[in-house]
Amino acid sequence: MPEGARDGAEVGRETDGNGGDVNDREEGSGLTRRALIAGAAAAAGGAITAGATRGLVQEAQDPTKVPGARPVTVGSRSPHETPEKLLSGSMGGSSRTPLQDLHGIMTPADLHFERHHHGIPYINPATYRLLIHGMVDRPTLFTLEDLKRFPQVSKLLFIECSGNGGGAYAPSPSPQHTPQSVDGLLSTSEWSGVALSTLFEEVGAHADATWFLAEGSDAAVMGRSIPMEKAWDDAMIAYAQNGEAIRPEQGYPARVFLPGWEGNASVKWVRRIELSDRPGMYRDETSKYTDPLPDGTARQFSFVMDAKSIITYPTYPRRLPGPGFIEITGYAWTGRGLIERVEVSTDGGDSWHDAVLQEPVLPKCTTRFRHAWEWDGGPAHLLSRATDETGYTQPVRQQVLDARGPGTRYHSNAIRGWRGASDGSIEFAPVCGAPTGSRGC
Amino acid sequence: MRRANGVSRLLTLGAVVPALAACGAGDFEGGVEAGNAAPGATAVATTDPGNGTPGRAGAAEPVYGFGTPATASQIAAWDIDIGPDGAGLPPGQGTVAEGLEVWERHRCILCHGPTGREGPNDLLTGRIPGDEFPFANDRTLRSTVGNYWPYATTLFDYTRRAMPFDLPGTMTDEEVYAVVGAMLYFNDLLPADAVVDSATVVDTRMPARDRFVPDNRTGGPTIR
Repeated sequence: MPEGARDGAEVGRETDGNGGDVNDREEGSGLTRRALIAGAAAAAGGAITAGATRGLVQEAQDPTKVPGARPVTVGSRSPHETPEKLLSGSMGGSSRTPLQDLHGIMTPADLHFERHHHGIPYINPATYRLLIHGMVDRPTLFTLEDLKRFPQVSKLLFIECSGNGGGAYAPSPSPQHTPQSVDGLLSTSEWSGVALSTLFEEVGAHADATWFLAEGSDAAVMGRSIPMEKAWDDAMIAYAQNGEAIRPEQGYPARVFLPGWEGNASVKWVRRIELSDRPGMYRDETSKYTDPLPDGTARQFSFVMDAKSIITYPTYPRRLPGPGFIEITGYAWTGRGLIERVEVSTDGGDSWHDAVLQEPVLPKCTTRFRHAWEWDGGPAHLLSRATDETGYTQPVRQQVLDARGPGTRYHSNAIRGWRGASDGSIEFAPVCGAPTGSRGC
Repeated sequence: MRRANGVSRLLTLGAVVPALAACGAGDFEGGVEAGNAAPGATAVATTDPGNGTPGRAGAAEPVYGFGTPATASQIAAWDIDIGPDGAGLPPGQGTVAEGLEVWERHRCILCHGPTGREGPNDLLTGRIPGDEFPFANDRTLRSTVGNYWPYATTLFDYTRRAMPFDLPGTMTDEEVYAVVGAMLYFNDLLPADAVVDSATVVDTRMPARDRFVPDNRTGGPTIR
C-alpha cells in the first residue's frame, strides 16, 4: 500500500503526542483520512498484510480516536516485534532460538530451534504412514488419523540439541556471545501426541525387545536406537506443538519425542520403528553424538541432558540499564526431572544467592528463574548455577575438563557467565575455576 | 534390518540394556551403576537372549484396533538398516577400483576431496599412530572413519541411505559396496585390489571398534 504508507509517513511528521492532527480530519465524518485508508488497506490487502500495514499507517495516530482493525484469520506479531532465529552455515542446517527475547518458558513455534541432518522434507499428511515392526506380534502401519485416535498425552517439555553450549566450552569463547548463540539450541513447547507405550501395547511388543530403532523420512533417513525402557517410561509420538500441528521444521506430521534426552534422538518425520534386541549402531550414535573421555574411550548412548542454566537478562548485546534495581532472569533445565534450585552470583562466584523459581516448575521442562539485584554501578560478574532433584549441581568448566578433557563437544553444561562494566557494557564471560573465588577463564 | 540365517546374533549392549531396563522414570542411578560395573569395558558384548532382564511385553491382542497390518513387502520397502552384525546387508559386491570411479562419478570428491582428507566437508580419512584414541585430550583432532567409526557396517548403512548429498539414496548396492571399499582403502583398512562384499564389511575390524563405553552419568553430586 504505497499510498497509505506515504500518507502515514507524512502525517506522522506533523502529528503531536495526542494524535491530534486536525488538518487531516475530514469534515463532518469524525473519521480521519488515515483511518479510512488503513481500513481500505486492510480490506484490499487481506489478512496477511493487514496487520503490518495498519501498524505503519496508524503509527502516529491516537488509537483511542480511530476505529481499531478487524480480526484476521491468522494473526501476526506487531511490526515492532521482530525476534529471529540465528542461522548457522552448516550443510545440514541449524537455527537458534532467541532466548534473550523471550519471556516465561514457552517458545513460539516459529522461533523453535532447528537442527537437521539433511534438510526439511515435505510430507503429505494424507499419505503419511508410521510403520512399527520387528520384535512385535503385529507389524502395523498407522496413518496420522490412526495416531490421533489413540488416547492423547500432552506435556510441557524442553528439547535441546546435544551440542548446545559447545561455544561456551571453547578455550576462549567470544565475549560477543549472546544467550541465543551460546544456548539457543534449546526450546520449550507443549508437545501432544500418543504415548509410545500405547503403540507398543497395540502392536504386541515382545518382552525380549530391548531397543527400538527409529528412522525419519528426511533425506538422511536419520536413525537412532533407543532403549525400550524409555518407551515404557515417557516417550511419545508427537503430532502437535503448542496447540497446533507440529511445524515442518519440527518433524511434521509426527516425530519421536524423548523427554529430557538429547534432541537428536527424538527422530523427526518418523516413518519406521523397529523393535530389536540390540542397537543399530547408526552413524549418529557412533561417529557423532558420542563423548570422548580422557582414558581413551568414548561415552556412547549418553542420552540425558544434565542440569544447566543461563542468564538471559542482562546480557550482551544489551547493556546494563543503569545503577539501581535490575531483575536478573534466565532459564534452568535438566533432563533428570525437576530443577530444585538456581543460585545467582553477581561477584563472579564469591557469593551466591537463591533465585526465585517462577511457576510452573515442571520435570524435564525449562524453569524460569529471577533474582532481584541492586547494581551499584561497579564491575560485576553475573553467574547462574542450577541444581536438579538428584542433587546434581551445574559444574564449572574445570570440573568438566577434569572429567571429560578439553576435546569433548557434546553435553557442555558448565556455568555460563556475563561480566558487566561500569559503562554498562556486559559481555559473555564464563568462569573456569572453582565456584568460590574464581575470576574467569 | 532383516537378519539373514546364519548371521551372528553377536551384538547387543548386553551390559547396558538390562541396566536401563531396570530403571524407572528419571532415575538412572541403579541402572547405570550396574551398566558401569566394568569400567572401560567395551560397550558391545555377546548376549545370550535368555541372559537379559525380561522386559515388558505389549498386549496379547490389539487394545484399540487402530492401524493396518503391515505386509512383508511394505516392511521390506522401508527396512533399510544394516546391523552391526551385518544383518540387512544386500547381495552383491564391488571393488576398491570401482569405488574410486564411484568416488568421482557421484561427486563424493567435491565434499570430501580426492582421498577423503581434503574436505571441505566431513573428514573421512586418517589414522592416528598406534590407533590411539586421544580425542578427549586434544581438541584439535578430527575424527575420521579410520580413527573413530567403530563399525564398517555403519559406513555402508549411512552411505547407502544418505549419500551422495545432492541425490541421497540413489546409488546401487554394488556402487555402495565399491565406494565403501574406497573409503576403507583410503584409511589403509583394505588393499587396493580388494573385492568388497557383505563378509568384507562385517569382517573389517575398525581401529576404534572397542573404544565405546556406556554412559556412566547418573545424576547426583558427581560430575562425570
